[in-house]
Amino acid sequence: MTPDLWASLYIAILAAFTGFEVIARVPALLHTPLMSGSNFIHGIVLVGAILALGRAQTPLETSIGFLAVALASANVLGGYAVTARMLDMFESGKKKPGAPGVR
Amino acid sequence: MLARFDPPVYLAAVLFFILALKRMSHPATAKGGIRWAGAAMIAATLAAFLTPGLGHLGLILAAVAAGGAPAWLLAGKVPMTDMPQMIAIYNGMGGGAAAAIAAIELLRARWAPLSAPLSVLGGLIGTISFSGSVIAFLKLQGWMRSRAVIYPLQKPGNILVLAASLLCAGVLLHSGDRSCVVPFLALGLLFGLLMTLPIGGGDMPVVISFYNALTGLAVAAEGFAVGNAAMGVSGILVGAAGTLLTLLMAKAMNRSLGDVLFGAFGAAEQTSEVQGSLKPIELSDAAVALAYASRVVIVPGFGMAVAQAQHKVKELMDAVEARGATVKFAIHPVAGRMPGHMNVLLAEANVPYDRLFDRDEINSEFATTDVALVIGANDVVNPAAHRPGSPLAGMPILDVENAKTVIILKRGQGKGFSGVENELFYRDNTRMLYGDARDTVGKLVLELKKV
Repeated sequence: MTPDLWASLYIAILAAFTGFEVIARVPALLHTPLMSGSNFIHGIVLVGAILALGRAQTPLETSIGFLAVALASANVLGGYAVTARMLDMFESGKKKPGAPGVR
Repeated sequence: MLARFDPPVYLAAVLFFILALKRMSHPATAKGGIRWAGAAMIAATLAAFLTPGLGHLGLILAAVAAGGAPAWLLAGKVPMTDMPQMIAIYNGMGGGAAAAIAAIELLRARWAPLSAPLSVLGGLIGTISFSGSVIAFLKLQGWMRSRAVIYPLQKPGNILVLAASLLCAGVLLHSGDRSCVVPFLALGLLFGLLMTLPIGGGDMPVVISFYNALTGLAVAAEGFAVGNAAMGVSGILVGAAGTLLTLLMAKAMNRSLGDVLFGAFGAAEQTSEVQGSLKPIELSDAAVALAYASRVVIVPGFGMAVAQAQHKVKELMDAVEARGATVKFAIHPVAGRMPGHMNVLLAEANVPYDRLFDRDEINSEFATTDVALVIGANDVVNPAAHRPGSPLAGMPILDVENAKTVIILKRGQGKGFSGVENELFYRDNTRMLYGDARDTVGKLVLELKKV
């Protein structure tokens, strides 16, 4: 099991740096949509919730799994709708000047 | 721990999430970014649902409908002004889901190696994020007083609750006694609640962002605990991006994250008396002031958002410009409830990007501004921030007071979100224009055309 632990650590560290780098130069005007977008992305917990409910053995596991799937679905669908609505507003504007906010 | 044979679709999903975040960090591509992430999410969810050997398929669909449908409908319906608390509540649900998965893992008769400690980690962070986000939601929604809740021995009490939770976790991991799971998670929930109570309104954006990062980490911990790399990597990604975002926001308010989380902002009593009096102005006089100005700066705040006044504000901008004046918008990083809140609303009203200026870009220009029109902003223009000892001390503000004339458009005489009296309103060059922002700006446009 040790190699898996190390692999997980490597993955975690690389993912962390990716997360930092990807949004390092984000302009302030996108802070809120980006927070909302990343809020949607951690909705991937739905995958884990589905697997947990699908493999539930006991009534207790089934109930907790049901709760997990319901909560995660709210995270995913609510998070997506909020973000998409917010970003839709940017397109309603006129042609943007070249690369606004890049400083 | 990672499963050795994750379906390749998970890998593709993670890749798309990263690209989506990248695209969402740029205004021109932001809208496409969320679509990419959405497609990746659908693919990953379908792959999970179609995993061979999965049971309870009907229940899964029912649960998705039960949780997802109301969230989807609500998110499509609530006014844009309520978006911050919607983010808070959906984020909390993600944390709750991570905690629920942790509970299932920990209650199992046999633990896979490393799954228990990772589940404990995810469970603790998830519960804190869940109850903390719920409190943030209640405060922003106005269902709970937004002021900081302070009582004696608060910090020691909170630390005691956290220590008790960790003790339960320790006993659970050491002895394997499953009866510790419920008190462990319950104490985590209690800690999240207690930790958020003393945080006052002004700091809420930073707190929501902080809990967003926490949920990411909880999801990551659970992902590694159950051996799902997609969850692990996406969670870490959000945890890292969210942490950076939180620090950027805290920096914009000149507050350290420690101050935000443990400083009890807005709790300090205002002792000093404010000198001067409030001087109201008539609509027609305000219109005249705008009509004969050559440089106008509009400072929007939460009041504009509440009243949905952005379209009227755009009309006002056009009307003032039609008379030959220049109009600029001064956007404080945390105007409204969240960074970028004003930008989103003004973009909705078709105000061009190049009229919006950051605090750093525009602060020196107030001295040569004829009329500064503050629409529903309060704390971000409060000169008390320049005075040591004020609860706002050190917060970077827009130096609106330097303008020749300052017109404050405000619904009533209430204080800002921080609860601190605004000295700007009492200055000699300040006039108060009371009324609903949309209503008043609309009338102002009409008056302006008559001048």
